[in-house]
Amino acid sequence: MHTALLLEMAAEALGDRPAMGPSASAVTYAGLWAQARAAAAELGRLPADNVVHIGLNSPAVPLAIFASGLLGRPFAPLNYRLPDEDLRRLLARTAPAVAVVDDDMTARVAGVSGVEIIPRSLFEANALADADLEHDLPFVEPDIAVLLFTSGTTGEPKAAILRHRHLASYVISTVEFAGAEEGEAALVSVPPYHIAGVSAVLTGIYGGRRIVHLSAFTPEAWVDAAVTERITHAMVVPTMLGRILDVLEARDETLPHLHSLSYGGGRMPPSVIERALNRLPHVNFVNAYGLTETSSTISVLRPDDHRAARTSDDPAVRRRLGSVGRPLPGLELEIRGPEGEAVPRGETGEVWVRGEQISGEYLGRKLIRDDGWFPTKDSGWLDEAGYLFIEGRLDDVIVRGGENISPGEIEDALRTHPSVADVAVLGAPDDEWGERVVAVVVTRTPANAEELKAWVRGRLRSTKVPGDIQFRAELPYNDTGKLLRRVLKAQIVSAKEPQDAAAS
Amino acid sequence: MDLKPGSRWKSAVSSAEVVVVRPPSAPVVLECGGVAMLAPTAERPAGLAIDPAHAGASLMGKRYVDADTGLEALCAKPGEGALSVNGRPLTVRDAKKLPSSD
Repeated sequence: MHTALLLEMAAEALGDRPAMGPSASAVTYAGLWAQARAAAAELGRLPADNVVHIGLNSPAVPLAIFASGLLGRPFAPLNYRLPDEDLRRLLARTAPAVAVVDDDMTARVAGVSGVEIIPRSLFEANALADADLEHDLPFVEPDIAVLLFTSGTTGEPKAAILRHRHLASYVISTVEFAGAEEGEAALVSVPPYHIAGVSAVLTGIYGGRRIVHLSAFTPEAWVDAAVTERITHAMVVPTMLGRILDVLEARDETLPHLHSLSYGGGRMPPSVIERALNRLPHVNFVNAYGLTETSSTISVLRPDDHRAARTSDDPAVRRRLGSVGRPLPGLELEIRGPEGEAVPRGETGEVWVRGEQISGEYLGRKLIRDDGWFPTKDSGWLDEAGYLFIEGRLDDVIVRGGENISPGEIEDALRTHPSVADVAVLGAPDDEWGERVVAVVVTRTPANAEELKAWVRGRLRSTKVPGDIQFRAELPYNDTGKLLRRVLKAQIVSAKEPQDAAAS
Repeated sequence: MDLKPGSRWKSAVSSAEVVVVRPPSAPVVLECGGVAMLAPTAERPAGLAIDPAHAGASLMGKRYVDADTGLEALCAKPGEGALSVNGRPLTVRDAKKLPSSD
């Protein structure tokens, strides 16, 4: 099934409803469909395999997604924040291609062989000007819908393949067609080169919810837009939420129109979600877990799960606030050991998933198995009621003297210390134990290593107490708030001398 | 009738259109209003009418399934006439309401 059909259906059923943009100037569903067809006709006149997007969030993103879909050409959004050299190298890999590029970024990517550049302003203007014309678009068999280049902290980025059938299956099985109430509006602030930026467009359109794009995230701009546009739904990554809460508290803003706030894309520190639940008691919080290779969400912790976890006396229910909820209906999910064997309930292993939305494929490389099961490389476990707890990437698990130790739980313990502003726990090579537990800590008030070790000792088993605590001014993150563990690991491994002296 | 995933079919007796989401496990004829559905480019033959036994409507955005063969079709344009395969009525798949996560 074709993703363009999602918009075609919405245009048919909801023609005059606002689809995209600020309420004062929103384009309707019928208008967006007409513009997408016009944009497809324009792009179709240029010989190209791929439709690239380089720029901030804007109306050009949905236009380019649906136009490339109509043409049967993969949509490839690139990260404009990459250094020029890396961006140009990535762009060259998409040739022959046509690239819709923000006007002020065209100079950065000019002259790449086999790539035709269309400035965004021209792309949008032409789509609008030609929207009223009849466009005869040939029927194409849908295949690859999106190519997403993974952030890849080491080596060249891999291009994850999402086919129309994966994305369409995700949308129609998780979203009720035209199910949104009149007046609902979704604020999209994740960048267009992130899977959530793509899925937000598709699910918003199919559900009948107006999409408002934040061109680039700042917490102030997010809160301004949420207030002005009477935003009812939004998705954020954990680092965004913490910064949004700072602004809400400073302004004493309560966001009365906000109905649902989902978060995902990384581990949510319990202290941040607790703060959010206190600050925004009227909001339905949803924790969504998924990967690029799974067409976005595969597991959700629902609003009632959040409430139950906060009010229950049962520790097993309370700790579910730190889970990613239960798998979507229609998906199969299993925890398996290193040989691919199922592990007993409650034990940690690799998360495997199977279902129609799962791609598990890259250009030139396939990780999904012939039987449809995809190993996520995430480490996790299921509780008695089937709630999934994600411990992090399998590669990040610390193996100390044969014991598997997940950094997340130690990080959570340290984060509850009043002096700790941020923390990352990693394994460093150790002659005696294979690996030893190292915590890299950013403090907000002075603390010494022994005090922090004692803090962990009071909360976790002794083997989980960091043998080494290092102090830093800040931790390395990528632009969507993912901790760059490999960068940090390289730093601590190359730093030979112990740094306890810095603790004071 | 090759009901492959993604293929689109239009009613011979109304404006209804469907898209196949999941193919049937065995060959079947997909009908609307009791009359075999047509390829999107086919002409609607004159003189056909909805079989009263298959009156009703195909509702936009609903997913219809045949329990026997696993066929699933999404209604992409609404219209008169209920959907069936080999005369067996399709049933609406329960929408599993999920909280918005994007």
